[in-house]
Order: sequence, then structure tokens, then C-alpha cells
Amino acid sequence: MGAIVEFEHVTFRYPEESRDILCDICLSIEKGSFTAVLGHNGSGKSTLAKHMNGILLPTQGKVFVAGLCTADEDRILEIRHTVGMVFQNPDNQIVANVVEEDVAFAPENLGVPSEEIRQRVDDALRLVDMYEYRRHAPHLLSGGQKQRVAIAGVLAMQPELIVLDEPTAMLDPKGRAEVISTVQRLCRENGMTVVLITHHMDECIDADRLIVMSNGRIAADGSPAEVFSHVKEMEDEGLDVPETVRIVRDLNDCGFVLPTDLLHTEECADAIAAAVLQRRAAWQS
Amino acid sequence: MAVISVENLTHTYSAGTPFEQTAIRDVSVTLTQGESIFVLGHTGSGKSTFVQHLNALLQPTRGTVRIDGEDINKDKISRRDVKRRVGLVFQYPEYQLFEETVAEDIAFGPKNMKLSKEEINERVREAAGFVGVEESLFSRSPLELSGGQKRRVAIAGVIAMRPEVLILDEPTAGLDPIGSRTIMENIRNYREKSGATVLVVSHNMDDAARYCERLIVFDHGSIRMDGTPEQVFAHTEELMDVGLNVPKAAEIAAALRKRGVPLEGAVFTHDQLLRALRRAGEVTSC
Amino acid sequence: MLKDITLGQYFPGDTVVHRLDPRTKLILVVLYIIALFNAKGWGAYLLVLAVTVICMAVSRIHPRNIFKGLKPMLFIIALTALLNIFYTQGTPIREGWIITWEGIERAVKMMLRITLLIVGTFLLTYTTSPMALTDGLELLLKPLNRLKVPVHEMTLMMSMALRFIPTLIEETDKIMSAQKARGADFETGNLIERAKALLPILVPLFVSAFRRADELAVAMESRCYHGGEGRTRMKQLRFCTRDFIALILGAVFTAAVFVMKHFGL
Repeated sequence: MGAIVEFEHVTFRYPEESRDILCDICLSIEKGSFTAVLGHNGSGKSTLAKHMNGILLPTQGKVFVAGLCTADEDRILEIRHTVGMVFQNPDNQIVANVVEEDVAFAPENLGVPSEEIRQRVDDALRLVDMYEYRRHAPHLLSGGQKQRVAIAGVLAMQPELIVLDEPTAMLDPKGRAEVISTVQRLCRENGMTVVLITHHMDECIDADRLIVMSNGRIAADGSPAEVFSHVKEMEDEGLDVPETVRIVRDLNDCGFVLPTDLLHTEECADAIAAAVLQRRAAWQS
Repeated sequence: MAVISVENLTHTYSAGTPFEQTAIRDVSVTLTQGESIFVLGHTGSGKSTFVQHLNALLQPTRGTVRIDGEDINKDKISRRDVKRRVGLVFQYPEYQLFEETVAEDIAFGPKNMKLSKEEINERVREAAGFVGVEESLFSRSPLELSGGQKRRVAIAGVIAMRPEVLILDEPTAGLDPIGSRTIMENIRNYREKSGATVLVVSHNMDDAARYCERLIVFDHGSIRMDGTPEQVFAHTEELMDVGLNVPKAAEIAAALRKRGVPLEGAVFTHDQLLRALRRAGEVTSC
Repeated sequence: MLKDITLGQYFPGDTVVHRLDPRTKLILVVLYIIALFNAKGWGAYLLVLAVTVICMAVSRIHPRNIFKGLKPMLFIIALTALLNIFYTQGTPIREGWIITWEGIERAVKMMLRITLLIVGTFLLTYTTSPMALTDGLELLLKPLNRLKVPVHEMTLMMSMALRFIPTLIEETDKIMSAQKARGADFETGNLIERAKALLPILVPLFVSAFRRADELAVAMESRCYHGGEGRTRMKQLRFCTRDFIALILGAVFTAAVFVMKHFGL
């Protein structure tokens, strides 16, 4: 599988500002992968996302989407068609008064024939489990539902990559769970390439790849288990690591020998329980 | 002293129309001076409606809210006065900033209280101190600040009224871990220095485990649980039942207990989990 | 309080009126307004009134909703009536009074005219979804494109405005509550003081509206929006038999009013 997005030495700063928001980023996103980008506010992670469909253009360096340079104005529609983008605030990306009309917005812009739009809209709404709500007014939906409508709106465009820029930052835990499980399903079952920008580390656990951004640079890049095993470095970045990783690290400091790549509660509990029970048995005998 | 007692509080939105909806039903609870309380519940459980009754922004459909025995809805004046004693910080409070400078915005509340200029200045400085807004920012426009700073300025705007009870509706919503922690520490700081009652509406269970002494859980418009974190987090399954998470450490503890690991006492923070595990494994080193 | 505004509100339904093409309904409303303003005698007024009542009945809009929508207009209606009563020359109803018979007649007709005008347009917005309405408007006004009128942009703006009205109303409520919690007082004081008291609401509201507009523009561009050129639609509007019948009936009605005017009825 090839790369869908490639960053070549990308540096970005806003005109009239002295600080680089992105510094010399080299990065490529593989087709079919689920990449999570983690970082605190101001780390440059949203700026990175906005480079992926040409909303922002690099000050230096180049970004290629499916081989097209995002600075090429004549191809910008193709680029935006290839990379769908979901934003943080669910209210500010829904255009229409009716759910299905909103989902139809992108294919309408692309000049897709009417019957096909209908089909795409229905398919997209079913994929995010919002089909029954197709005639509803968006402002009466919950945050999680609105975000799923926004995802459907992007799916109806039939992009090759979906970039979600902090889609859960404004949602309650239920809404967050809805959105994250929708995203995971899209990636795992429908083969969609996904880039998820977030500051919630627990949303990154199931990604194929985790990129940590800090001060406009890539601070870490690898599988979530690998990245989170560097507890100290993560904490220095002001980022949390999952409680499973922390407890395993602290137990290991106390003489346990547990694997450090356990991210899910169940597998972590399995390993700790086995070790503790074994010790108790040894101590008793 | 400010003791708030809520008796049989019921609130119905759009009463008498087809859109009628009872948000809270027959809620009775007493909040004592100096307590640190978290109000938990999923969206639509009635927790936001509940807190808006505590400073008379909403009037009960039935029932009463008293502060030190006085009905806060007695007349217009008591409804106004209670807003000075019970400060309410809404969700995303940075969206209410409007003055040209940070200092003026923080001063809006005290100005409405018709205080003297010196008094206002002193309170602005004090409130800004509580939330870590430096004086060098005072003459800046609030719109130029970062998200976390704006939030802290907005909270200072309420603290400047020196409320005896400070209520915050999801004060950390949308902030990253560093921003959230700073805000929670600021709030703790205010409570310790002023002796105020602090009531935080939140979804964040880890914050609840870390920062409060009392938890009130709302579900379907009434209080489902009310107690210390130890008491409430002992009911992991019931919490999940009402659509809430439990702190990660409590979740791991529950999974370990299920696997036959004997953990003593209440376990819902990292340190408690570590201590309980060390005891369970009889590890004496370190 | 703010939530009671029924402006542009749509009551979904499945009556003939609901199913008419929005273009038909727009044309009918224009015909209706022309007829209304050409009604001179009582006969014509009665005809228009009867047609309005029939339309209301057919579209199954509950009169209560109509009255609710009329409420904010009552003041204007009453004021117009009063002015007409006092400023019309003619035979006084009693020796020495300013009030004339002609004045009363004109006042009643004026009231009727404004009320019917509002009710007629309400029937349109109550039975047509805002999306359908703007679509219809865009197609009807398409010929103006040749005169370089940006029809697509105008109708898009309209539908966006309608989309964001509930969001902004909710936001206004929230900001008002937040400022009240900081001791703001919107109810007492003289006119200037009250106007000043609105600043803490208006400034955040504008700031937020601009932020929303900004984010919305980026979101639209991300979804390949590039103006009206080459756009297709999911729902295509089609004239059916019932549209032709409705238009013929509308034309007959307007013609009838003109005939009555000619004969002084």
C-alpha cells in the first residue's frame, strides 16, 4: 500500500508572527492505516491537520496528497475530494437544516447526479448509524450525533482519507464513545484511512500508529504501545499516559517483571493478576 | 456561612406546551459551607438545570431553595442578592468575555455590585491571583489570549464577586490535560484560601477521584447517589449503569478483583491501586 | 422567551399544500399579495378572506399557531388602525368628533389587509421547509443571473441564516444567563441604561458569530464548495399536475379580485 499524504520538510508560520508552528515536518500516511496524532494545545497538531487538504499551505516544503501538491491551485478540488475533514465544533460544520440535506452538500458541490447522491447519502448515514435521523433538524441532535452527521457528510464525498481534527473535544463521554467507535469501525471494517487528532490519550490506544506533536515537531512516532512505554518522556511533554501503563511501570519499579505494552484494561489486569497471584502462591508455600 | 438547602425541587421546561419536559424531579439535598462537591451525570440527567436553581437563574416549578434558611426566590431583591453569594461559571465561560481589557472584564461583576473603585481594583487583583492571570495581561484584550487563559479570566470574573459558593459547569471541557489540571488546581486554591463551598459539574471521573470530598450523581432528573468518593466508587457497576465511567484505576481494580486478586479498601486512584497491589503481592521492597 | 419566535418556522405535514412545489407556492403567494393589495370593496376583501381560510383548512395548520405568529405584530396592526381612525377626513360619527365613518372603515380594512398579508406568508413558511423554499427561490430567480445578480449566493445566505437562527438564539440565552450570574441587570433603568446593558450580550454574540462564520467557511471549502457552478441537487424539483391546477386556481382568484375592483365591489 502506498502513501496517501506526504509531508516533505514542511515548515509553517503565520505571516507577521515570529514563531514556527510547524518545523521541518517529514511524514507520510499509509493507505488503510489508522494514525492518531496526540499533543497538547499549541503543539501544532491542528495546523498539521489543516495542511492535509490544503486549507493551510506550507511556508516552506511541500505536502502531497495522492501525488498532487497542495499548493497547486488548479487541483485543489481533487485534493479536498481525496481528503475529507471533520472539525471540532459540531455546530459550525453543519450547513443545512435537515440532516440528509447536509450530508448531500459535498456530492452536490462535486456535481454528482441526483440519484447517485441519494444513494451515497443513505449509505453514509447508515455507516454512521444515523439513518433514522435523516429528516431531523441538526440543532436538535446531541453532540455525538451531530459529529456523526459531520462524518457522514464527509463520507458521502467518498474520500480516500478522513482527517478528524479533535472531533471529541466538545463532547460528553457518551458522545466521545460514539464518535470513536464509529471511526474505528470505518477504519477496521470499511478500510478507510483515518487520521485522528486528539488530546485524549485513551482515544489513541487502538490506532496503528501514534504520532506525538510538541512545539511544532514530531516528538514521538510509533505504535501506541511503543510510544506510551516512554512514560517519562510523555510526562515531560505534559501528556498523560494510560493508567494501565503507569501502574505497570510503578509495579515494575517495585520488582515486578511485567510487559510494558499493555494498553487495554483487560489484558493489563490479566498480566497483573497472574503475577500477583503467582507471588502469593510462592510466598505461602 | 452559607448553607444551601434544597427541598423537593422540581423543574419543568415549557410547562403547558406539547414540548413540556421535566428536567428534575423532587430533588432534596443540603450543601454545607466549605464542602468540595462534584456533581456527576450524563448529558440530560438534570445536573445543569439543578445548579441553575442554586443562584435563582431558574425558578423552581415546585419546591424551594433556601440559603441559610431564607427562600432565595422570595422576591426580586433576594433573587438578585443570591447571585452575589452563589457564583456560577457556565460551560465554555470564555464566550461571555466582552470588555476591552482583561481587568475590565474581571471587574464586570464587582461593578454590578456597585462597589467602590478601590474595592473593585483590589478584588480584580485578588481574583486574577487565584487563577494565575498575571498583571501584565490586565491591559490586553481578552480576545488575544489563549484558550486556557481566556477560561481562567472568565472564572476570575465570577471569583471577583467573592462568592461563598462557587459553582462551575464543566470547567475543563475542551482543554488539554495541562490546561485542565491548572484550572482544577486554581479552583482548589480558591476553596482553600476563601473557605467557599465549591461545586463542580463534570464528566471527568479522574478529576472527581482526585479533587472532591463529596459526589452527587444525577440520573433521570433525580439524585441517584450521594456520598464520599469511597462510597460512590464502590458501586462501579451502578455508575456504569447510569452511563458514567469510573476512574481508570477503579476500572483496573474491578478487573483485578474479578480475577481473584484480593485488594483491600477503596481503590479509585493510582496511588491507592499501587498500594493495594503491593500489599496483595506482599512486595516489601521499595 | 426568545424561543417563542416562530419566524420561518416549518411545521412538517403531508397535505396537498405541503406537497406543492415550492416554486408554485412562491408564485401563489405573489399572486395572493397582488390580489390583496388590489382588493378595494368589501366583496373583494371577503373573497380574499375566504380563500385564506380555505387554504388554512386544507393545509391543516392549527389557527393557534397562526395567532401565536401574529402576536408580535399586534402592536403594528393596532397602531396602523389608530392612525387611520384619527387621520381620515369624512363624516364624523358624531357632531364635533374627529373620528369619522370613513376612518373606521379604512382602519378595519387596513387591519384586515395586514393580518391577511402576514397569514398568507405564514402559510408559505409553515408548509415549506426552508431548504425547499430557498431552492425554489433560487430556481425562480435564475433568470436574474444574466443580469449578474448573484442568485445562488443570495439564496445560500438565506438558508444559512435560517440554519443558524436556532443556534444563535440558544447562544443568546446562554450568554444572557451567564451575564445575569455576574449581576448584569437587563430589566431596570432608562432607555440608555438598558441599551448599554445589552453590550455584554451583543459583543460576545458578534464575536461568536464571526468565529462561527470563519469555521463554517473552512468546513464548506473542505467539502469542495466552490460556488454555484456545476452544482447538482439531491432533490430535484418537478412540477406536477397539482401544481398546474393550483396555479390556474391562483390566477383565477387574482383575476376575480381585479374584476371586482373594476365593478367597484
